[in-house]
Amino acid sequence: MLTYITRRILYSVPVLILSTFLSFTFLSLAGDPRQNLLSNPKFSREHYHMLFHQYHLDASIPVRYWYWVQSVFTHKMGISLLTSQPIWPDLQRVMGHTLQVVALAEIIALTLGVAVGIFSAVKQYSPFDYMFTSVSFLGYAMPTFWLALLLQILFTNMYLKWHVRIFYTSGLNSGVTSNTWSLDRLQHIALPVATLSIISFAVYSRYMRASMLDVISTDYIRTARAKGVPERLVIMRHVFRNALIPIATVAALNFGGLLGGAIITETVFSLDGMGFYFFNKLGQLDVYAVMGYLAITSTAIIVFNLFADIVYGYLDPRIRYD
Amino acid sequence: MTEIGEPAGHEPEKVAPQAQPVDGIAVGADTTDVTVAAGLELKARSQWWYARNRFLRHRLAMIGLVGLVIIFGSGALASFWVPYHYDTIDLTHTYVPPTFTAHHFFGTDVLGRDFFSRTIYGVRTSEMVGLVVAAASSTLGVIVGAIAGYYRGWVDNILMRITDLVLTLPAIAILLTVAALFGTGGQWGPFPWRITAILAAFFWTGIARIVRGVFLSYREKEYVEAAKASGAGDLRIMFRHILPNTLGPVVVNATLAVAAAILTEAALSFLGFGIKPPLPSLGVLIAEGNQDPTKWWLTVLPGLVLVAIIICINFVGDGLRDALDPTQRRVRA
Repeated sequence: MLTYITRRILYSVPVLILSTFLSFTFLSLAGDPRQNLLSNPKFSREHYHMLFHQYHLDASIPVRYWYWVQSVFTHKMGISLLTSQPIWPDLQRVMGHTLQVVALAEIIALTLGVAVGIFSAVKQYSPFDYMFTSVSFLGYAMPTFWLALLLQILFTNMYLKWHVRIFYTSGLNSGVTSNTWSLDRLQHIALPVATLSIISFAVYSRYMRASMLDVISTDYIRTARAKGVPERLVIMRHVFRNALIPIATVAALNFGGLLGGAIITETVFSLDGMGFYFFNKLGQLDVYAVMGYLAITSTAIIVFNLFADIVYGYLDPRIRYD
Repeated sequence: MTEIGEPAGHEPEKVAPQAQPVDGIAVGADTTDVTVAAGLELKARSQWWYARNRFLRHRLAMIGLVGLVIIFGSGALASFWVPYHYDTIDLTHTYVPPTFTAHHFFGTDVLGRDFFSRTIYGVRTSEMVGLVVAAASSTLGVIVGAIAGYYRGWVDNILMRITDLVLTLPAIAILLTVAALFGTGGQWGPFPWRITAILAAFFWTGIARIVRGVFLSYREKEYVEAAKASGAGDLRIMFRHILPNTLGPVVVNATLAVAAAILTEAALSFLGFGIKPPLPSLGVLIAEGNQDPTKWWLTVLPGLVLVAIIICINFVGDGLRDALDPTQRRVRA
């Protein structure tokens, strides 16, 4: 097991280097972030060239990539070429916000998805089953941004028409600051959380149902029933626990992916999280900031993929990694 | 041809003359014209006959197919029947809610442009992107996957490394980065080729991996060995003998790729990194409509059309999966 983990970690290093290098090349080729400084008449060309040199923009891309790698380790992702501000505090802030939203959404989606999946499988082809099958079909077909916009429109119009403010439709706080778990904050993140929950719920409930049905049709469940184990115990002790194994993997992978921020959802709700940060910085071609985001996100995905594998091996002893 | 060369369905041309229909069913033969002497008219039922039959009996798939033909057909013929051109401005009738007067079924937008016409033109753009992306990425994916699976070697290595790369970053982040580099505005007439090319370049890896998997397992089969022994060249073995086995999964995935491409294009266009505004696409329309949340129809209606398209494609895809690939049947979707 330990050798397996070590090998996976070592193996992911070149992947990480290659993916960041490619992104770096793409971003560097996309344009010069300092170009817009020249539109300021007080900004002299000499100063521009000085900055150019100072930030190594006159070096070749591999050299610049090397400077970036150095700054990641020595200066915590370095400073933005555009604003000359350090990047790490920004990333730290948005990561906290994203974590709050994504964790809440995943907990809700998992709880509901697993519960609905169990009932759909136990009462297969019942009206309940058909209803949630339709719901998840809709969830699969629904573009995330449109679902987010629907919620936004609904609550915006509710406020404009009846002056009822249940949930806010953009931002994180009403005032300048607010506590992480204040009511105000929860009112703000409710809609992004709902959007992400609905999309993930469609996936989880479907997976859980399929996985339950798989286990129900196995021989040892027939044996358990033949022995006279009460149906409730068969479902809860024998079926449910084994059916959870694939869900754990899917959830871990999904969570890893979402840590990079739900770019679309956060953008729709102007939520100050990872995805919105990335989207803004990409628009400004702020190379180091975008690279900081990509490095953190790909690390998170690699870590959670590994985590998913380990969890799978732990939950299902039949799986052995060599 | 000895007994070795007779696994069902792989070598129709060579096997057919010898194969005797059993109980009216030509075992595994692809050809439908296998008839038997002795005056008995037995209708041969090929694999495809069964597949088609399964598909035609799949109720949801048929509903999806009809819906898709209607929506895509009306989009493709947009310029012949919609009441207005997508750029016709009417500043005296801005923000009209959906109504039957003057054919403004979907209302009008900030410039008084008829939103129904714009939505239908948007369908035209989205379906072009979806279909071309699916066709291009499937073709490329099949070729690369076949070479990687059959020859292994460096093509296989590169393919798997690209797969690794794609798996380490959120898809939308990669697409946005690439879109920022190349831009997405290029157009030939009403066809936005640049975003299509970017999406196709991104989508082919999935199909390549599936085709690779099939090739990896089939290249070891006895009938391939037999074909080699009888002097068939690599190309003949790859495309004549092994490729038909990938047809099921490739068709299913190409269908679902249409839906995925349309959804991704809409999301990118919505974020401003996709199709550029004078040309309407469903994502562009939703983004423009959302500028004023009180005018709900501008966001809701094109979105409904988008969801309808995706649901129809998913139904058809499920039907095709059940028909072509019975081993991979979902647990009743």
